Amino acid sequence: MVATTAPPPLEVETEVRPQRGSLRERLRRDWTLLALCLPGVLYFAIFFYVPVLGNVIAFKDYAPFLGINESPWVGLDNFTMLLAEPEFWTAVGNTLQITALQLVLYFPAPIALALLLNSLVGHRIKRFIQSVVYLPHFLSWVVVVAMFQQVIGGAGTVTNFLNSHGITIGNLMSNPDTFKLLATAQVIWKDCGWGTIIFLAAITAIDMNQYEAAAIDGADWKRRLWHVTLPGIRPVVLMLLILRLGDILSVGFEQMVLQRDAVGAAASEVIDTYVYYHGVINGDWGASTAAGLMKGVIGAALIYAANKLAHKFGEQGIYR
Amino acid sequence: MERPTIAGRTLKFVVLTAITLAVLYPFGLALGTSLTGREESIANGGSYVLLPLHPTLEAYKVVLSGGAVTRAVLISISITVIGTAASLLCTVFLGYALSRRGMLFGKPILLMVLATFLFTPGMIPSYLMVKELGMIDTYQALIVPVLVNAFNVVVVRAFFQNLPEELFEAARMDGAGEWRMLWRIALPLSKAVIAVVGLFYAVSYWNTFFNAILYLNDQAKHPIQVVLRQYIFRGNAQAGADIAVISNLPAASVQMAVLIIALIPIVIVYPFLQKYFTKGVLTGAIKG
Repeated sequence: MVATTAPPPLEVETEVRPQRGSLRERLRRDWTLLALCLPGVLYFAIFFYVPVLGNVIAFKDYAPFLGINESPWVGLDNFTMLLAEPEFWTAVGNTLQITALQLVLYFPAPIALALLLNSLVGHRIKRFIQSVVYLPHFLSWVVVVAMFQQVIGGAGTVTNFLNSHGITIGNLMSNPDTFKLLATAQVIWKDCGWGTIIFLAAITAIDMNQYEAAAIDGADWKRRLWHVTLPGIRPVVLMLLILRLGDILSVGFEQMVLQRDAVGAAASEVIDTYVYYHGVINGDWGASTAAGLMKGVIGAALIYAANKLAHKFGEQGIYR
Repeated sequence: MERPTIAGRTLKFVVLTAITLAVLYPFGLALGTSLTGREESIANGGSYVLLPLHPTLEAYKVVLSGGAVTRAVLISISITVIGTAASLLCTVFLGYALSRRGMLFGKPILLMVLATFLFTPGMIPSYLMVKELGMIDTYQALIVPVLVNAFNVVVVRAFFQNLPEELFEAARMDGAGEWRMLWRIALPLSKAVIAVVGLFYAVSYWNTFFNAILYLNDQAKHPIQVVLRQYIFRGNAQAGADIAVISNLPAASVQMAVLIIALIPIVIVYPFLQKYFTKGVLTGAIKG
């Protein structure tokens, strides 16, 4: 943002809803609009803002029969208890490992696929492949895991095929050692295609003249990719990376719940499932709320920090 | 610019074919197996079949003739229809109001919506709220806690903001209020975005899984995705095997029939969805 000296846009009388008048006049004028907001505002108040405040039970010894208000304060006891809990650290460790795998293997996948799709000349073939690869995004996790089961499960077709050719891979769907890779593969299968949309749009927005200029200067496709395409999509890549950072502690919740029976809690417990099984199932309300609250705060802090960092590097980030 | 080399083109072709097959093969396998009858299944050692020689709809007839799957399908259809209608109304109302410039309290309400992107209240407080409202074991628990999606509000608002202001101006001259302008001007011009947002909601209601196991203890109320899980993963697919024994059908066919039933509505609406979603997703991303 260099040219901030441009004259401000003329304030013509396009402002049809002037911000003047007494509160009462504006109320009378806008009451229909306010009424239209009401259901949505109530929804966010009841199912977002009140529950945000409900996080106080992280600092209480919550007992359901007493209710949130009557339950006694316990300071940071829930947090110290949680942090002394080995199972919690297993969950944190699994979460970070899966996130790391996803950042390395899943994050670049849609970028690569978008570049590949963009290089296709035939429009119909491109459209067809897009239709195919977008589809799994809309399937539920139950369906996705079932799909994997029939292909690489114990009785899966690929498993059988490999077995009959002397390669034993065992049942990948119930192998705790390879589960994190499997989980990453499932995410790639489900969302890689869908993820290309935003990169394809960014690639399309690059000025074609840049490519022509580069070609005239004798740049081959590799150099054009490196010097034109990749810099062109850098802001979008960074924006998505920032958003991903904010989600670093959320990895496939339904995915983990579904496969917990098969691979066991030691391999599949992540922070979200920890909160669910310890809180909702076992009634350890305080400590699991503390876990959820820490996760939320760290996520928000990471988004904030990553966004700051992006600004330092002269990028747009996600907000100013 | 130079033409790509033969080797490069071959490699590209191989990679893209592999990707396409990796997506389509599991669909084909599930469909084929669901259409496989008893004799053919035995001949194949009870395993999955990609292309049955004598396709039969037996498995579908069995699971859809009453019982857990039939009930779950009806529940899921009802949740999807009612939920989508309610969500769309609330989203369009809020998105429209926030798109009108200079509305009283417009700024704070918009901030209230946008702030939800940065933080989540957490599972336990949300669960306790639903419990507090007496919604445990009710169908409302699958709709009300996910009624409005902030991202969809932003998409709808962005679309309404891009409509030409003169139209609203003219309507105001004719004495139309905001309510009339919403129904007579804004909505008729926004069919595309309404369609895509509605379909997004419908897909998420149809795929509802976790909220169902979180809020519904009563198995008789479980929607199709939860029942599918029962059929395929729980206790070695006991439910699927039971039906198979009773009906003399291969267990794999019954399981895959339920799988296909759980995904067929998505595949049916998908072409409509696809026509619009690139646009919808992008307006949201840019304006958000």
